[in-house]
Amino acid sequence: MSELKFTKDHEWVRQDGDAAVIGITDHAQNALGDVVFVELPEVGREVAAGEACAVVESVKAASDVYAPIAGRVVEVNAALAEDPALINQDPAGQGWFFKIEPKDPAEIAALLDEAAYARFVESEA
Amino acid sequence: MAEPDTLLETPLGGLHRALGGRMVGFAGYAMPVQYPAGIMAEHLHCRSAAALFDVSHMGQAELRGEGAAAALERVTPADIQGLKPGRQRYGLLTTEAGGIFDDFMVANLGDRLFLVVNASRKAQDFPLIEAALPAGVTLRPLPERALLALQGPAVAGLLDRLAPALAALSFMGVAEAEIGGIPVLASRSGYTGEDGVEISVAADRAEALARLLLEQPGVQPAGLGARDSLRLEAGLCLYGNDIDETTSPVEAALTWAIGKRRRMAWDFPGAARVRQELADGPARLRVGLRPEGRQPARAHTPIHAADGGPVGEVTSGGFGPSLNAPMAMGYVARAQAEDGTPLDLMVRGKALPARIAPTPFVPHRYKR
Repeated sequence: MSELKFTKDHEWVRQDGDAAVIGITDHAQNALGDVVFVELPEVGREVAAGEACAVVESVKAASDVYAPIAGRVVEVNAALAEDPALINQDPAGQGWFFKIEPKDPAEIAALLDEAAYARFVESEA
Repeated sequence: MAEPDTLLETPLGGLHRALGGRMVGFAGYAMPVQYPAGIMAEHLHCRSAAALFDVSHMGQAELRGEGAAAALERVTPADIQGLKPGRQRYGLLTTEAGGIFDDFMVANLGDRLFLVVNASRKAQDFPLIEAALPAGVTLRPLPERALLALQGPAVAGLLDRLAPALAALSFMGVAEAEIGGIPVLASRSGYTGEDGVEISVAADRAEALARLLLEQPGVQPAGLGARDSLRLEAGLCLYGNDIDETTSPVEAALTWAIGKRRRMAWDFPGAARVRQELADGPARLRVGLRPEGRQPARAHTPIHAADGGPVGEVTSGGFGPSLNAPMAMGYVARAQAEDGTPLDLMVRGKALPARIAPTPFVPHRYKR
């Protein structure tokens, strides 16, 4: 399992073979609170980096989830439809959102590493 | 949202932070939206045991003097003169154009009336009321008092132990009492659909009272997030969302808040519009909505007729933890307002099928 990379929109990215797995960070799920519904992108959709392509709904509010990198959506986490609380319980594991086949894998390397993301969260507090 | 350093504090600000409350700006106050347990747990705990809310941001005031009830009737269609001592009533402040200026609670304390108005409207409400008062009737805002809401099925047992005078109250009853030696003014009411009390207490005793209540078995703190999901399940309006100066009492399905005597005299602000809408039916009505599936529809979501054009808008919407399903309220054209009518909620441009549903979504459990 490769290291996690992060965005300033509070997504994480993990390379998994040819695909990049994407979810929201523990910080993000904690800020959102109890997740009750997620809207996931269609498999096959081409997305640009920074494009809103999923929605996560907590009791209180709806928030967009953005594609951290450009590419094609190749899989979504069907388990979230039945059990959206997985996002709260295991945000970096079973609570993953979707997988993208990257247009340019170098885009992943350019994202924030864990320490840089932690500094960013700190600066926002 | 206002900058944190411009927000006002309630007398319980320190306690909220000590309890791990996540503070947000609301109506100019720093308020806890939730504690570490989270909105879902706080909501469910209120329905199964008891939740303590700080609602000190709301506006409290007393109205004294000969003819105070008649004077208040100049700005509301509620029957204030018929309100018996020891009883509280829900009322609306109405505009000359027939809109809703605010909603409020009024209690008859024998020698005076006691009012609670919305935090977001108190700066407008008090001058409006004052302008209607004759000589000899005075309105005194009570910024030196805090307000706590203790809500849930465990409250009755707690009152039996701590405040027998309050245990005897039925829904909308009001009494002065002591809780643990602290003088309070309490009403058997709330904003959750559960049995409970709203407790007015001197600001300098508020934290001691809150700590005493939180020590009682079954009592947990709850924030504004749970307060909102609880009131929506109970079908209760939020001023600024579901009612405002553009909505009339008839459109808002709050005709019951207009006194019978007032509906014969038509002597309140906006009476012409109310009278016309009662006679001819309003153009639109506030309704409950149940979306299919689990996806919530939020405020401002357009409502379309099934396979048709726009017929209204969602004014409050979210997920009901006790309902275990999404729920909303909003306004639709009268022809679409029948229970069971299928409609589409246009969430992010896509039609989410829903039906008009009766409210409350979760039955009230008031003490009758």
